[in-house]
Amino acid sequence: MTALFARRLLRVAGMDELGAYRVLRVTDPEGSNPAPGQFAMLATAEHWGGGKDERPYLPRAFSIARWQDGEAHYLLEDVGPGTQRLCELRAGEDVWALGPLGQGFTAPRDGRRALLVGGGVGIAPLAILQDELERETGLDRAPTDSTPAATVPAVTVLLGFRDGPRAQGATLLRGARVATDDGAVGHHGLVTDLLAQELEQDAHTTVYSCGPSPMLEAVRSICATQGIPAQLALEAGMACGFGACYGCVVPRRGGGYLRVCVDGPVIDAAELDQVEAHAGAPV
Amino acid sequence: MSVEFCGLTLAHPVINGSGTFDALAARRAFGAALDAEFPFSAYVSKTITLQPRPGNPPPRLWEAPGGLVNSIGLPNKGLAGYLAEDLPELATLPVPLITNVMGSTAAEIAELLEACDTCSEIAAIELNVSCPNVKTGLDIGADPQQLEEVLRAVRARTGKPLIVKLTPNAADVAACAQAAQAGGADAVSLINTLRALALTPLSPGAPSAPRLRRPWLGGGTGGLSGPAIRAVALAQVAAVAERVGIPVIGMGGVSCAEHARDLLDVGARLVAVGTESFRDPVAGARIARELDPGPASPTFGPA
Repeated sequence: MTALFARRLLRVAGMDELGAYRVLRVTDPEGSNPAPGQFAMLATAEHWGGGKDERPYLPRAFSIARWQDGEAHYLLEDVGPGTQRLCELRAGEDVWALGPLGQGFTAPRDGRRALLVGGGVGIAPLAILQDELERETGLDRAPTDSTPAATVPAVTVLLGFRDGPRAQGATLLRGARVATDDGAVGHHGLVTDLLAQELEQDAHTTVYSCGPSPMLEAVRSICATQGIPAQLALEAGMACGFGACYGCVVPRRGGGYLRVCVDGPVIDAAELDQVEAHAGAPV
Repeated sequence: MSVEFCGLTLAHPVINGSGTFDALAARRAFGAALDAEFPFSAYVSKTITLQPRPGNPPPRLWEAPGGLVNSIGLPNKGLAGYLAEDLPELATLPVPLITNVMGSTAAEIAELLEACDTCSEIAAIELNVSCPNVKTGLDIGADPQQLEEVLRAVRARTGKPLIVKLTPNAADVAACAQAAQAGGADAVSLINTLRALALTPLSPGAPSAPRLRRPWLGGGTGGLSGPAIRAVALAQVAAVAERVGIPVIGMGGVSCAEHARDLLDVGARLVAVGTESFRDPVAGARIARELDPGPASPTFGPA
């Protein structure tokens, strides 16, 4: 989906609390229907700048978490001057938005089950992906030899969080198995523990993942070892979102770099030697 | 509101700064609207070098107060890749194409100019002289004498208009502009980014010992752009426009028509928009429109 060639001033429909996160709902009746995994560049209309260190200056990139009834939803966590300012938005205020941008997820092939693995605020693009997959395939999808319908749904969701307040974000998706670092909710440990369990039961899957770099690297590594196709939604510090600044690169397997904004943000794990852990986002 | 510039007639005085707008990536992101509503009156390519360059390792960006420090490292496909892959696509843009090139020796620059000279798709050439001389380590454009010598050595290699993109990291930028004119430049453009440094953030409670602080950017130092440099740009453009007779392209922190007007009023012929396009991809068109809102509609009918 191409974006409209202009940033647009849109009205905030609401800001909902979701544990440690916020869900920003933006009215966007004219917007293009986003593909799951696409993102938008956001900035508040008022007081964008003049915060800590006279920031924010650049817009911030956010995965589109949901798209329904002419509303775009974004999952926010206050981690810096830009996200802080966006979290302060209230219904009736205005936000600049450019999008939808970038390459999204592609559907699973060869009857593979979709296994969604998310961490923290990175669960956002998996929500719209779940919406799309369940609309596309239907939960009553015919069983195959390896995936009896009674035990394995078409879409499996595994989400990891640091603690209980963040784990409330899991309600953004349906039917998630949850892991927390502190054991407050669900499995006491890493979401990749749950991934390993799932793959033991049924490896005929495509893994879709978004979250912090160390988690993505663990997911990439597990999938690479077992020969499982994986699509990773990456994050990187980004000035523009449409390929102009060349700032958001990650090393590509075989040399050179990929621009996360136009070559991604969803990148086939086979394109990467590893997910690097540098914190690049001007948040 | 058309503008004459080095033999070209441009629809308005707003172009892009080199390396701040990838028209081919924008075409993929925005589709046909990019061409239908192209925001600039001429398109300046990113810097092309003889050999392909991958660019600098990340991180490449640092948000500064009212601006951006970048260390991108001029990634490009190299001259051959540019001519074979990008030029045919760029030639279909609805505006004249200015190709920006950089070489570290006069011989390299001569080769780049000669190659561009044979391409009818290229309307003008911009030479980036913010490149270290391989022998001295100093930027070619930072030393007026060296700049003039290099330009004299290469000037005859092209009959196309030659714009010299000056570096602001020089003791006397107006002297560099004069040297560019003496060396045969048809125009000068400024300012490029100001050399800047960002350090890795201190983790909370960590001691601030010298050995713990490294440059944040993968390339070490970077270049500062955006509103933070606007007043510096205005001073340098004014000083240069006063000293040279050739056209000046002014840029640095332009985010609205008022800023563009300031640069035009101190003597710039054209204005370039750079970092503002990152925030608003149609900033160039907005600024051009605000500069010239068109004839006011008559309040009263004919008498």
